[in-house]
Amino acid sequence: MTTLTKTEGEKAPTGPDSFLSVRDLRVRFSTEDGIVKAVDGLSFDVERGKTLGIVGESGSGKSVTNLTVLGLHNPKTTTVEGEILLEGQDLVTTPEKEMEKLRGNKVAMIFQDPLTALSPYYTVGRQIAEPFMKHTGASKKEARDRAIEMLTKVGIPQPRTRVDDYPHQFSGGMRQRAMIAMALVCDPDLLIADEPTTALDVTVQAQILDLLKDLQQEFGSAIIFITHDLGVISDMADDLLVMYSGRAVERGAVREVLREPRHPYTWGLLSSMPRLGGSTSQPLMPIPGSPPSLLNPPSGCPFHPRCTFTDQVSGDRCSTERPPLGEGRAAACHLTAEQKQTIFIDKIQPRLR
Amino acid sequence: MLQFLIRRLTGAVVIMFLIGAFTFFLFYTVPQDFAALSCGKNCSPENLAVIRENLGLDKPITTQFWEFMSGIVAGRDFPQGHCSAPCLGVSFESGEFVWDSIIDRFPLTLSLTVGGLVIFLILGLGSGLLAAWKRGTVVDKVVSGASIVLSSFQIYLLGPIVLGLLVYSTGIMEFPKYHNFTEEPGAWFLGMLIPWVVMATIFTAQYTRMSRSTMIEQLQEEHVRTARAKGMRQSYVFFRYAWRGSLIPIVTILGMDLSALLSGAVVTEFTFDLAGIGRLAVDSSLTKDLPVTMGVMLFGAFFILLLNILVDLAYAYIDPRVRLS
Repeated sequence: MTTLTKTEGEKAPTGPDSFLSVRDLRVRFSTEDGIVKAVDGLSFDVERGKTLGIVGESGSGKSVTNLTVLGLHNPKTTTVEGEILLEGQDLVTTPEKEMEKLRGNKVAMIFQDPLTALSPYYTVGRQIAEPFMKHTGASKKEARDRAIEMLTKVGIPQPRTRVDDYPHQFSGGMRQRAMIAMALVCDPDLLIADEPTTALDVTVQAQILDLLKDLQQEFGSAIIFITHDLGVISDMADDLLVMYSGRAVERGAVREVLREPRHPYTWGLLSSMPRLGGSTSQPLMPIPGSPPSLLNPPSGCPFHPRCTFTDQVSGDRCSTERPPLGEGRAAACHLTAEQKQTIFIDKIQPRLR
Repeated sequence: MLQFLIRRLTGAVVIMFLIGAFTFFLFYTVPQDFAALSCGKNCSPENLAVIRENLGLDKPITTQFWEFMSGIVAGRDFPQGHCSAPCLGVSFESGEFVWDSIIDRFPLTLSLTVGGLVIFLILGLGSGLLAAWKRGTVVDKVVSGASIVLSSFQIYLLGPIVLGLLVYSTGIMEFPKYHNFTEEPGAWFLGMLIPWVVMATIFTAQYTRMSRSTMIEQLQEEHVRTARAKGMRQSYVFFRYAWRGSLIPIVTILGMDLSALLSGAVVTEFTFDLAGIGRLAVDSSLTKDLPVTMGVMLFGAFFILLLNILVDLAYAYIDPRVRLS
């Protein structure tokens, strides 16, 4: 976990293993209603060959962060500050022409809903072959062979005939496999998976997760895995970043965060998740309220209006002072370590059984 | 695909028959003595009887219907000679075969339609795409603004203005007139130019707005974003991914516009004093020249059905999901 020891806002030097390093990223959209702070001072690192899980509610900035990594935001309405260092190259300042060469090549993305994310007008084979031809200069024939090879790898039966099928002729799970084949066709070093299993049913979900893990071993790609499903994340990720209101509120190795969460928001996420074999007499505890408006985020700690432990913090620090996210294994909360431990053991842990 | 075509063509024949039957009974059951209309004032009963016989109005209505329908397929004989298929009857007014007067007018209507089509497709789709590509810039604002202003114009307003400027006051151009395309292509082109441009202006504005808005919609589709995430060039994504989806609504409207234009561009024809199908339709209904009105209606219905089938074929070509279901 060496990469998680960097201070927030610190300007590199990135460790030898740190493949992607995001530093103090701020993404703002200007809308008719005002400026939306979609991402507000986010830092994280991803190691080569490892998986970083990002969890958080809708609107917490997970997807925006990753679209920004690929440079897919609308440049006219979006301002991006901070650094996104991919092997030392800052993607924030990289011109569009250069970004085109990176996308689908060094960095690839898997989207949530393969039905809408694949074009209905072209064959699966063509859609897989396209980036391969573009990035490697392969001929049509070579690209087609490569598409068949990729379909075989992701476990599509009869790839030689299926390559000429259209997405609507595939089932949901097969479409997501095709999408994965498309993302991996150029052997990317970083794969961003934006809720890749949300649109699939549970059995297919498990297959897709296994596939991703297998392919990661084979290709050695780093993966950023975005989800709001904590069950999935414990299976997939090495490290975990919990996001709330465009910021990271907790991070650490996935086991540590899930076994001993330190942020009230993470507690809330875990308590609101049903467990197989959990006691039926133990009601689920949803987090009260709804995610804050990013147009006008709450002062201080953005979670304070929904937090049930603000009374344990002296004064009104929760509503005035933004808690910093410390180094390494950390949580951005004003509660002291002892308070967190006591609350967790007394109130939270019994619920997680 | 062949099966689809056969099914659609059979359907079209049935619909044509139904439209024929419907118009026939609608018109022939109105309480109006067409023989008296045709005979005029001071009509003697003998004359009336002769006219009635000549028009076939003395026969029972079922016989008349049978003769009318079989005439379309096989032709029929009239006192003034044989009317070969497709025979739509004889005009009460001129005594000409209806089909002949339609065919006589059709080259003008076809010229007007095709010439206008070329102009409004190129300009309309071109400027719409440009505006979508440059969305939010000055170019977009100018194009969108102009298209809103122009689409609120009318042919009968714009036509006289253009005629006033180019014909009456300066004499740069001659008053629009139809010349035979095969005999005098140059005169044909110059004679039709003003009607084309005026008619196309209104359509251009509509097609600009439509192609701009469908393109903007398509550009927000997720699969378009995926294509960008694969590293495809922006122009490639624009034309290969977004444009493909925009074609469906454009083709739909185009089919409707074309069938309307081919069955007669009434306002354009009247504005420029051109004698096309639209003029024929209006004149015939003003003079209660029933066979002509019915003929023109059937002729128009034919184009509507034809273009419907063509549009469906285009859908299948554009969208594989339509092809296979």
